[in-house]
Amino acid sequence: MAPLARAAQRVGAAAGDLAPIVAVIAFFQIVVLQQPFPNLVEVLGGLLCVVVGLALFVEGLESGLFPLGEALAHAFARKGSVVALLCFAFCLGFGTTVAEPALIAVAGEAGAIAAEAGVIADTDAARAGYAFNLRMVVALSVGVAIVLGVFRILKGWPVHWLIISGYVLVTVMTVFAPAEIVGVAYDSGGVTTSTITVPLVTALGVGLAASIRGRNPLVDGFGLIAFASLTPMVFVLLYGIVA
Amino acid sequence: MEFAWTFARGALATALDVAPIVAVLVVFQAVVLRQRLPNPRRLAAGALCVLVGLTLFLIGLEEALFPIGETMARQLTAPETIGVSAARAVWSDYALVYAFAAAIGFSTTMAEPSLIAVALKAEDVSGGSVGAFGLRVAVAVGVALGVALGCFRIVTGTPLPWYIIAAYAVVISQTYFARRDIVPLAYDTGGVTTSTVTVPVVAALGLGLAANVPGRSALIDGFGLIAFASVFPIMSVFGYATGAAWWNRRRLVHTPKET
Repeated sequence: MAPLARAAQRVGAAAGDLAPIVAVIAFFQIVVLQQPFPNLVEVLGGLLCVVVGLALFVEGLESGLFPLGEALAHAFARKGSVVALLCFAFCLGFGTTVAEPALIAVAGEAGAIAAEAGVIADTDAARAGYAFNLRMVVALSVGVAIVLGVFRILKGWPVHWLIISGYVLVTVMTVFAPAEIVGVAYDSGGVTTSTITVPLVTALGVGLAASIRGRNPLVDGFGLIAFASLTPMVFVLLYGIVA
Repeated sequence: MEFAWTFARGALATALDVAPIVAVLVVFQAVVLRQRLPNPRRLAAGALCVLVGLTLFLIGLEEALFPIGETMARQLTAPETIGVSAARAVWSDYALVYAFAAAIGFSTTMAEPSLIAVALKAEDVSGGSVGAFGLRVAVAVGVALGVALGCFRIVTGTPLPWYIIAAYAVVISQTYFARRDIVPLAYDTGGVTTSTVTVPVVAALGLGLAANVPGRSALIDGFGLIAFASVFPIMSVFGYATGAAWWNRRRLVHTPKET
């Protein structure tokens, strides 16, 4: 009975994520636009896939990956050498970002748009390649962000100096970057930090800050996510300038 | 049969996406910490759930979330909705687009589970002066304003960096005035407000808008809504925290006189 109840709870939570979107769209469709919604059956089937998929995804994360990831994060924070800790931080940031569903979605869309606009060749291979490169650049940048963030917690630097320098860097790079990469680059910051990255990375930050004497977990433990939403912009802009 | 084929192909691609994080956790556990996996069967079952779930989610994304965003963008910008022909429309004719964007931004943010968690922590940090519910409303209003302004930018075709860099300037000056312990939390809320379900819908809305408003290019103008949705909550959290602190001070100054 317990697994069944938990499954129902997961589906309920996933449906809860989707409910506000469905409610707003239904309101606009029925009250404001009063137009028929095209392909309603396919869309409803797709929404069912989203709810069941998200429920399974979260269940898998929380029963299998998160406990192991959190235990590792605490173990490294407590006794690992600094080099091993930084290696782990990089791999954690990189690995979680590669599996992030929202990033897969937006990178795919960016590839399709770039192909339509003629920036890259209009073939499946070129589109997939563009999306893959984008995701790898973002994953690399999140890895670097977590390393930087862990380093910051170890040294106790204030978070805002690093963030503000990041903003300045983004501003300067925007001037030199080609116009067609700027939108994608700015968006990649918000896209990278969701379902997988936030819980695992927060566990690392809070575990680390709690295990170092003189650090307040609430002040020092947060801020990793902020780095992870800033460096993708810098790296994607750089990718746009170089490529 | 067609679904089974789509699913199999999707699952294969997804396996490559999930492999790195599983490998990272297993390798570090086994090689660096030299510990045996605590519960290998549960880990395998979890990885399988993640694989199947992510595959289904990505199929649903193509079938539902992207089409929803595009359809809404198309119907909201249709001549019969805005009342004039697309060629003669000015930015104020697209009022329904901004209303829709704000409604999506507000409602999804209020329902966002990771924001609820962050809001409760913020209440702890501030010793109760920043209320969890008030903070969620502040963030949701920030996202709503951000996404609506982002749509206005797409409609008018003004450059994205102007808005974002101006927002950075506001955030930097707010950092200067804010309490030190609220700073990391405020910066983090920017990242957590954009959830897995919201991102595709909002991204598709922006791209659809750029495709349907005459004179806009999807490549240059279509992206950027997520960036708005990430920066504006930082401002509203700072604003709310500073406002709440000011209000509490004021109350403390005035209450003793009355009693």
